[in-house]
Amino acid sequence: MAWKNRDVVSIDDFSKEDLEALFKKTDEYEHSYPSGILKGKIIGNIFLEYSTRTRVSFEVAAKRLGAEVINLVAEYSSIKKGESLYDTLKMMDIYSDLLVIRSPIEGTARFASDVCKHPVINAGDGYLNHPTQAMIDLYTIRKLKGRLDDLRIGVCGDLRYGRAAVSFMFGVAKYSNKIYAISPAQLSMREDVKNKLTEIGAYFVETNSLEEVLPELDVLYVTRIQKERFPDIAEYEKVKGSYKVDLKTLQNSKRDLIVMHPLPRVDELSYEIDNTPMQAYFKQAELGVYIRMALLSLILVGE
Amino acid sequence: MEEAEMKVAKIRNGTVIDHIPSGKALVVLRLLGLTGKVENTLTIAMNVKSKKLGIKDIIKVENLELDPSLLGSLALIAPMATINVIRDYRVYGKSKVILKDYVEGILKCPNPTCISRQQNEPIVSKFKVIQKTPLKLQCTYCYRYVNENEVIEQLVEGK
Ligand SMILES: [Zn+2]
Repeated sequence: MAWKNRDVVSIDDFSKEDLEALFKKTDEYEHSYPSGILKGKIIGNIFLEYSTRTRVSFEVAAKRLGAEVINLVAEYSSIKKGESLYDTLKMMDIYSDLLVIRSPIEGTARFASDVCKHPVINAGDGYLNHPTQAMIDLYTIRKLKGRLDDLRIGVCGDLRYGRAAVSFMFGVAKYSNKIYAISPAQLSMREDVKNKLTEIGAYFVETNSLEEVLPELDVLYVTRIQKERFPDIAEYEKVKGSYKVDLKTLQNSKRDLIVMHPLPRVDELSYEIDNTPMQAYFKQAELGVYIRMALLSLILVGE
Repeated sequence: MEEAEMKVAKIRNGTVIDHIPSGKALVVLRLLGLTGKVENTLTIAMNVKSKKLGIKDIIKVENLELDPSLLGSLALIAPMATINVIRDYRVYGKSKVILKDYVEGILKCPNPTCISRQQNEPIVSKFKVIQKTPLKLQCTYCYRYVNENEVIEQLVEGK
């Protein structure tokens, strides 16, 4: 499918061919990029949930290609006190050539893409989707491992409310990999997620023991257990700190294991790993800007 | 009319709802607001043999024609139901409910942080029909599943 004017709501909407086109463009931009290609374009950032990191990443991507950025940063609840989300979207749609939206409410990006006439990029909606993070994660693996299939991939942490973890699994499930879904029972995958993985034909196993599966892994994707997504704080207290990945945890790993994390981290991932060859999370952050540059360019200019 | 239906006494004016899944007649009555408070004579046949359904329930309501706005909800509980309007002992009109692939606006997503649940937004809930019997739906916005019991609870709530 053509990239021009396309909405980016969920990683499911993209075929391997679509992703390959994105990765090729990213390769090219990593090497050198056309700094004026988005001159005259305005990117509208709508961030209704705390996230400086992702917003800045999009902002840098836009500015490197010559676009201007307008930011609407407010808590979702405070927006709702004033006007409807619909009116906010309508207004930003008038001012912008492309909208980037993050929200704590599941389905916001789908709604925004229905309402806005300009393309919409989902920068995270509630516990549901985080497609650009999944694109970054896939690109990082492709870069560091030289391939996207035939890998044993462990995804560890909050697989219930963690949108990055879920989007990542949907991403790697497009290729022939074995997925180990590692979480405490309370944070295991939702039924809809498991059904979709089965539908895609993914090969996955669920376990609560990282130790058990670690020696098999080529990639370990660690995620934070996010307090803000828990419907019940008592449930959060029970599972926080379930996993702590440090050098001791990883002592039986393959020699070329890479450890990924969408960041920010709390205490699930030790600083000890930062200066080892396993560390891939700062690489993700670095490559993230290039992926987002390639995305903006493909959507606004075309192939 | 099928022979089985004849087992229930004929009515002069009213509505016959046929091909209700067996055991669902009482839910349908509640959905239609036909509780003890109405004066219409009701005849209910349960576990009647049927070619289409194996066994089925049938409801006859005298002196009432259904409000068409209820047909969408009826389709969720009795997706094969047929509705016969009877006037002067004759079938005056016959219609079938239709359970489409998507259900819009009738139900509420159980996820309070779903976009379709947010107040003052011009948005209508939308569910994909994953399975007709037993009923299973999925919110097109947040992917949350809704099962038959939850649907019944929502539809007959407060009725
Ligand atoms: Zn929903």
